[in-house]
Amino acid sequence: MKTELKTNLKAIFGRAYVRLVGAHREPSWLISEALLPLLSTAAFVYVYKALKAPEEYTGFVILGGAMTAYWINVLWSMAAQFYWEKEMGNLQLYLVAPISRMAILLGMATGGFYLASTRAVFVFIVGSLIFKVNFVVISLGKLALIFFLTQVALYGLGMMFSSLFMLFGREAWHTTNLFQEPIYLLSGFFFPVKSLGFTIGLLASFIPLTLGLDGMRQLAFKGGKESGLLNVNLEIIALVILSIFFLIAAHYALKYMENMGKKEGRLTLRWQ
Amino acid sequence: MSYAIETLDLTRTFKKGKKKNNSKQPELIMALDKVNLTINSGELFGVLGPNGAGKTTLIKILSTLLLPTSGIGLVDGIDVAKYPEKVRKKINMVSGGEHSGYGILTVRENLWMFSQLYGMQTKVALQRIDELMKLLGMQEYARLKISKLSTGMRQKMNIIRGFVCDPQILFLDEPTLGLDVQISREVRKLIKSWVKENQEKTVLLTTHYMAEADELCDRVAIIDNGKVLACDSPSNLKTSLKQDAVFHIEVNLMLENIDRFNQIPGVRKFAYEHKPNTGRTDLKFILESDSYIAAVTEAIDNNGSKILSLSKTEPTLEDVFVSLCGRGLEDENRA
Repeated sequence: MKTELKTNLKAIFGRAYVRLVGAHREPSWLISEALLPLLSTAAFVYVYKALKAPEEYTGFVILGGAMTAYWINVLWSMAAQFYWEKEMGNLQLYLVAPISRMAILLGMATGGFYLASTRAVFVFIVGSLIFKVNFVVISLGKLALIFFLTQVALYGLGMMFSSLFMLFGREAWHTTNLFQEPIYLLSGFFFPVKSLGFTIGLLASFIPLTLGLDGMRQLAFKGGKESGLLNVNLEIIALVILSIFFLIAAHYALKYMENMGKKEGRLTLRWQ
Repeated sequence: MSYAIETLDLTRTFKKGKKKNNSKQPELIMALDKVNLTINSGELFGVLGPNGAGKTTLIKILSTLLLPTSGIGLVDGIDVAKYPEKVRKKINMVSGGEHSGYGILTVRENLWMFSQLYGMQTKVALQRIDELMKLLGMQEYARLKISKLSTGMRQKMNIIRGFVCDPQILFLDEPTLGLDVQISREVRKLIKSWVKENQEKTVLLTTHYMAEADELCDRVAIIDNGKVLACDSPSNLKTSLKQDAVFHIEVNLMLENIDRFNQIPGVRKFAYEHKPNTGRTDLKFILESDSYIAAVTEAIDNNGSKILSLSKTEPTLEDVFVSLCGRGLEDENRA
């Protein structure tokens, strides 16, 4: 048990190393991954300014723009990563190794989290400074907890998606493509999700970012509470449930899909 | 006694697609057909066969990447289908033409990264990587990004990856595929010395290069269309043809009705390879005795072709394959 844990931890570090080192060897990604996303975020700020929306909406947008980094990272750099690993021939080497598939994904997540955080912090800090965002933090502890739970649930969701890529390859890639934009809308990246109506907001809460963003906005901005979907404590509980649910579901989905792939012979089948 | 590897009626089929006659039943391809093999610990065992014979399917099942349709595959006595996690602790695998690794990392970093999947201590892993790189003459490439490696060097790196974690059982699927003579020789030397120095280690190697199987393997299974046709040491397999006469004949053109040569009295098996660039054809005859060669040369003459060379040779594994399948292994792979 102890040896297995040690092996898995080493595997996590090994896989994370690829992204951490890669980020430093090719720093050009900073321009496309950090600087350019600030521009699309800024566009929403100007829309609200033009409409003379309440001041806190600028903060809502900056926070949403920063959190987008994690969603893109989960969707493309973790969930879809098994597809690329399969094409490169690495997937079969991971599957033959005596490690949990979640360890590999966690390694990708750790490395990816570093890259996503660089983007998020850049958008957040530079955006806040340029647009003079006014923060009124009610509880820093709860804010940190919601951020942490959102990440756990979000990466759990990404792990669950990755099971699709392990088996279906390109078909699932298109499916993920279909998820990207609708989730921008449903999670309320650039507006309070309450605007969609309570029922749709509640349904959209199955996506961890919806509750995460809503909770953080309520805790970080004046007037955030009024535009909140649910009570913050309730959102924390829901995020705990989602975190556990997605991690367990990912574990079983990966196992199920791997088994199906081994049965159908599609696990290492390239160019599907 | 538990074998390092054992297969019991191991069978694997793949769906090809819907049958043409609009039947809802998919057409099946038999990749492995009731394969029974036993491989002892410390053995360097070869699986020899043409492309599509089922070699890779066998390795994929034994390395837990594929489930058998029926039958059992055991690695160190452990059922690969039921307990893959336990099997994975004992094995590693390298495939020919593999493009694994990350271009952004150096050769040494890539090898270290893969060693971490086996929980190796960094110090031990790096020491072993350096030793193996030295053995394969790769030291100067250690700090080069793998995106800059040639195919041969990349395959050397893959081979090192298989050995770094020092597995109990190593699966090598066409390890020298596409490599030049020199690199292939170095790779074969490493494989041979690893098994020799570690008596408890086992290698299952698939290849379609007869010379490789002949040089490396303690025993060889000849496989075709998913079936094991023969299994013995290379020398015993060749001895089985000793009472036959093996002739290689080169003729100046492609013979007409070439399959008729099978019907000449005394011809046990016959294979040919036409070389379009020279227009010549290589013929291989396995005859019941030398006395039948006259009938063969007469038939060639009657066909209007001219014999350019004729030689009687010692049986090779290729001849064993021809005698078992009625066609040459090299022709099959080229086709």
